[in-house]
Amino acid sequence: MKFPVTLGAALVAAMLATACGKKEEAAPVAATPAPAAAPAAAPQQTVEVLHYWTSGGEAKSAAGLKAMLEAKGHLWKDFAVAGGGGENAMTVLKSRAVSGNPPTAAQVKGPAIQEWANEGMLTSIDSVAQAEKWDELLPKVVADVMKSKGSYVAAPVNVHRVNWMWANPEVLKKAGVDGMPKTWDEFFVAADKIKKSGNVALAHGGQNWQDFTVFESVVLGVGGPQFYTDAFVKLDPAALTSPTMTKALTTFRKLKGYTDAASTGRDWNMTTATVIQGKAGFQFMGDWAKGEFTAAGQKPGEGFLCAAAPGTANAYTFNVDSFIMFKLKDEAAQKAQADLASAILSTAFQEVFNQNKGSIPVRLGHDMSKFDDCAKLSAKDFVDTAKSGGLVPSIAHGMAVEPAKQGAIQDVVTQFWNDDKLSVADAQKRIAQAAAAK
Amino acid sequence: MNKNIDHILPKLVLAPAFVLGLAFIYGFMAWNGLLSVTASRMLPNYELVGLAQYGRLWEMDRWWVALKNLAIFGVLYVGLSMALGIFLAILLDQKVRGEGFIRTVYLYPMALSFVVTGTAWKWILNPSEGLQKVVQDMGWTTFTFDWLVQSDMAIYCVVIAGVWQSAGFAMALFLAGLRGIDDSIIKAAQIDGASLPRIYLRIVLPALSPVFFSTLMVLAHLAIKSFDLVMALTSGGPGYATDVPATFMFAMSFSRGQIGLGAASATIMLATVAAIVVPYLYSELRSKPR
Repeated sequence: MKFPVTLGAALVAAMLATACGKKEEAAPVAATPAPAAAPAAAPQQTVEVLHYWTSGGEAKSAAGLKAMLEAKGHLWKDFAVAGGGGENAMTVLKSRAVSGNPPTAAQVKGPAIQEWANEGMLTSIDSVAQAEKWDELLPKVVADVMKSKGSYVAAPVNVHRVNWMWANPEVLKKAGVDGMPKTWDEFFVAADKIKKSGNVALAHGGQNWQDFTVFESVVLGVGGPQFYTDAFVKLDPAALTSPTMTKALTTFRKLKGYTDAASTGRDWNMTTATVIQGKAGFQFMGDWAKGEFTAAGQKPGEGFLCAAAPGTANAYTFNVDSFIMFKLKDEAAQKAQADLASAILSTAFQEVFNQNKGSIPVRLGHDMSKFDDCAKLSAKDFVDTAKSGGLVPSIAHGMAVEPAKQGAIQDVVTQFWNDDKLSVADAQKRIAQAAAAK
Repeated sequence: MNKNIDHILPKLVLAPAFVLGLAFIYGFMAWNGLLSVTASRMLPNYELVGLAQYGRLWEMDRWWVALKNLAIFGVLYVGLSMALGIFLAILLDQKVRGEGFIRTVYLYPMALSFVVTGTAWKWILNPSEGLQKVVQDMGWTTFTFDWLVQSDMAIYCVVIAGVWQSAGFAMALFLAGLRGIDDSIIKAAQIDGASLPRIYLRIVLPALSPVFFSTLMVLAHLAIKSFDLVMALTSGGPGYATDVPATFMFAMSFSRGQIGLGAASATIMLATVAAIVVPYLYSELRSKPR
């Protein structure tokens, strides 16, 4: 998913930037085939997996998965496509699928899984899922995303929490703020203090997906999980036009006053860097931001603080990476898919991969003793909210609604954030229109 | 026998290029046109829906923003690049010392890709790192230049970077044109007592009109397909304030899973480019003796 990029990679990415605008600018498409596949006579089945885990820690984890599959007698053919958000990977995948030559599995998430399934391209992996009792292992909301017409067609890899608030304790101390704000009112009090002390209160990178990420947390904090579900999962017009949404938009706009002038277009990791350097107090960003803090040698609770975004302590916006399995004729290939799915959900892989990635295991009740405090809190909230109904899909990260509607709503949100002339009432009307558009 | 080979060989040699061109340019144009009248979403499908995608396109606020930006960018980019190009060319034509060096300096931006230009100007125009900060640090503390982060001004930043890139190119073309003008006409005008501005206005510039036309062609189609400059400089932001049709098309086709809609916008871009290029090609081909 998202990962820190070295300067060199950033430069290359910027130079070759393709259209994402979302997440990292994508680096060029680079399919790296493994060394020559075995001759046709060999009994082994080649597993070709398209993924976009190309940064250091992620690549290491992919290598772990490769070793697990090779132990089961399959040949792994790496099909890695660089580009943080995976947009390049999707473009490559579509061209492969259209030409009738899909890989064994591919990294695809959210409602896009159902879109692929509806094209009749995916195979069921229910046999593995039943044997390993996935229905008990996974929270129902997550399992539902992995299914099409009641059958599992994808295997989940990890859980990212999106509604995080990160802070620099030094900046808070200097401004006289004790503790992380628990409500939006408390947040604005704290933000005013930080502003007065001469620092930027809210580090924000003004790219459209980042605007949407913050907005999503504001809606969750202002309206609660039930309202969030009505508005951003069911796209219920009544919720979208309600006074609660008006309040969320007003709160969102108020936040802009606490950001710095240069936030527009800034990458999320550069934005996190301003918190690390003590120039800014807070940032709202998913738990991939933790990787930036730890890479800078900081420890949770000491160098940086993590807490749920104001008003969202009892809720959890999830962003789950997953692998879809393509329909293949060859029986050996189907066996390989089952083994791959099983390996992805195995405790060993879940533990190592998620420690590298900053996310948490998707298995409920996974032993978290080797993880850091933020991950432990995340895992605890994940389990609790799965029971209480506070576990909701992230709309900004493609988990809640299909890409077309997500994009249309994101357009309005980002326009509202950037254009002070767009009134709250008009923005609200346009969000409802975007959600209703076909 | 030999004569036969002589007859066939040129056709044989040209055939692959012709076939490839036909398939990969015109074939894809036709496919794009077909997709634009289908209900294609994430993957292409062939359920025909008539002009519905075009209808949706014209109802989208973002498409109108993209068109408005193209109009602003196109007019200013082409106009300013050419005006600056002519101006520099006339100055360079005054037989200055070190002309080769100066010409290289002006022309050099053309050697960079738009992506590099965009990235460099992204830093230069960034209010907290670039020009604004430098000027403020020098003591002029009230100086502000933050167009890049203002949604209604950001498109002019794209114009600045584009003109910086292309003015030298226009200059080179005009300079070549100027050098091609017969000296004796100018000398005759001088003998008649015409002033220098008058010579330029009445003799030199009209003589440049073919160059003028070629430059216009090149710059205009660059403006319409401008994609890399916008992506590198602003990524279409703030919000989608600097979207142009090319970035719109890419976003719809490849990130939004709206291939039909993207194809419709691509068709409109194609029509726009064709409206400029076809008359040009027509006039060029017709004027040549057969």
